Amino acid sequence: MSDAPAVKKKFSEKGLEFIDWLLGRYPNKQAALLPVLRLAEEEFGNIDNDSVMLVAETLELSPGYVWGVLTFYTHYRREGDGKYLLQVCSTLPCALRGCRDIQHRLEEKLGIEAGETTEDGLFTLKKVECLGSCDTAPVVQVNEKYHENLDIEELDKLLETLRG
Amino acid sequence: MAEIKAEKFEKVLTKYVDQEGSASLDFYRSHGGYEAAERVLKELKPDEVIETVKDSNLRGRGGAGFPCGLKWSFVPKDTDKPKYLVVNADESEPGTFKDRVIMERDPHQLIEGSLISAYALDSHICYIYIRGEYYDAFLAMQKAIDEAYEAGILGENVLGTGFRLDMTMHRGAGAYICGEETGLLSSLEGKRGLPKIKPPFPAVEGLFRCPTVVNNVETLSCVTHIFDRGVDWFKSIGPPEGPGPKLLCVSGHVERPGTYEVPMGINLLDLVNNHAGGIWKGNKLKAIIPGGSSAKILAAEECDVGMDYESLAAKDTMLGSGGVIVIDNKTDMVEALYNLLRFYAHESCGQCTPCREGTGWLQKICGRILHGDGRPEDPDMMLDLSKKMCGRTICVLADAAAFPCESIVSKFRSEFDEKIAAGDGHERTVHLGGPLVQPGALSAHNQERLDELQGGH
Repeated sequence: MSDAPAVKKKFSEKGLEFIDWLLGRYPNKQAALLPVLRLAEEEFGNIDNDSVMLVAETLELSPGYVWGVLTFYTHYRREGDGKYLLQVCSTLPCALRGCRDIQHRLEEKLGIEAGETTEDGLFTLKKVECLGSCDTAPVVQVNEKYHENLDIEELDKLLETLRG
Repeated sequence: MAEIKAEKFEKVLTKYVDQEGSASLDFYRSHGGYEAAERVLKELKPDEVIETVKDSNLRGRGGAGFPCGLKWSFVPKDTDKPKYLVVNADESEPGTFKDRVIMERDPHQLIEGSLISAYALDSHICYIYIRGEYYDAFLAMQKAIDEAYEAGILGENVLGTGFRLDMTMHRGAGAYICGEETGLLSSLEGKRGLPKIKPPFPAVEGLFRCPTVVNNVETLSCVTHIFDRGVDWFKSIGPPEGPGPKLLCVSGHVERPGTYEVPMGINLLDLVNNHAGGIWKGNKLKAIIPGGSSAKILAAEECDVGMDYESLAAKDTMLGSGGVIVIDNKTDMVEALYNLLRFYAHESCGQCTPCREGTGWLQKICGRILHGDGRPEDPDMMLDLSKKMCGRTICVLADAAAFPCESIVSKFRSEFDEKIAAGDGHERTVHLGGPLVQPGALSAHNQERLDELQGGH
């Protein structure tokens, strides 16, 4: 296997322990792929090519297979995503309660469009489909946290807090 | 149908969710938690549990409304393969947010229901597949599972009965299609979330090619209460052919959006006007999508209907996931439909041609009507396309896109026709949806190369 590409990243000791635990929960290694991708996201901040190589090696899958699965899902943080991933829900229940204004305000304040990252690498803005929080629309998910019942004033405050 | 007396109705699924510490095991046990499971495991045989659930007429709360006990009875008894119980906590149908309440605020009722169900199915492994976005619910569930292991409620010797059950949280990562049970199972196997052809049904050959039952969070939580309060209690709530307490999620143009636990069969207008505070800003009702975005829309004059499986089926729509999306008279229905069609086009997994192409074309055609480029034949084309997408694909995502399209175009036809007639010179603003697909322009790079080529001639 001398021509196998070198894996540049390593999971932490704690991460490896978690993977051991995970592998005990499923009858094969492939089934642990989604949780191990999550672990890579948590340990390295996002999933890039090196993370894919590491996950593939860890679970004895081909890198191509891992890429295929990774790219089916939209919720993993990917290389180039900013420190704060702002996911604006845009599906009908949020649209009925003004998510378009929220998105426009974010675009205006950040100077980017949905799908882009600010130059300082702080914010990535994404327009996403239903976040399952329609009773508290409009909703923006910032990394793991939901910010609900947003209006322009609340949104501006949120951005200020995130900018620190 | 028996008249439903809402004032006599006592909440069970959400009884404690507003109370401090409601998610903890101590709290749950102090209100009689796990007593039903203990009684079932000690006193009933698995077959008796299945018979009880069949007798209760509990129907699935996830969307399809399939009878729960019947689903369980399809699992083969004479197999040496492991049997899996999978909890569908993907909750991805637009307008649905009820399972989140259970998981964040009263997770032990789900664990207890899963425990009873696993016992009935002779299953020793349970996975809870939760959508990736629901991080707080994931943490609350994991904490509850940890507490249950610690207390001997999960693990090698459940409640001292010798029954073994392992339970594992499994996070998804943003894909509507993983709420479809075979798509969910693909995802759980570490694959792209592609639905599979049935048969074989999961009960016979599901997760890791073993017998598998997939049930929704609310369905399994109902199992807890059926064994806690008895079948007669359950059957006394709402229509007998599909009874029980029901979580309905009200969103959109109402004063008080939220999750409401009501008796099955509650009148839709009562729900919207009394529970959810009526239409916001003093506006008038235009339409309601009664069962998640995939359900056919009801025009205002059709909304005097019971919220149960049969009454909604009689109106040619469905209870679905219980997501009630309320739309006021100021709403542009072309714009609303475009939003939904964009959703389905985005979420189609792309395996089946009628769905992959159909959802994309519906979005494009609706988009051009919305943006003033519509053609007189477009509404009929959308109806025709919708009809041809139904029942021709591996899973029902194609039908789920076709239902709102067919119903909105036919019930609000004049809005489509007016937009088309007003066509030329219509303001080309981007509304609810994403950017329009531009007609075949070359990229700057290709345009330069083309100019070079042409310049050379």
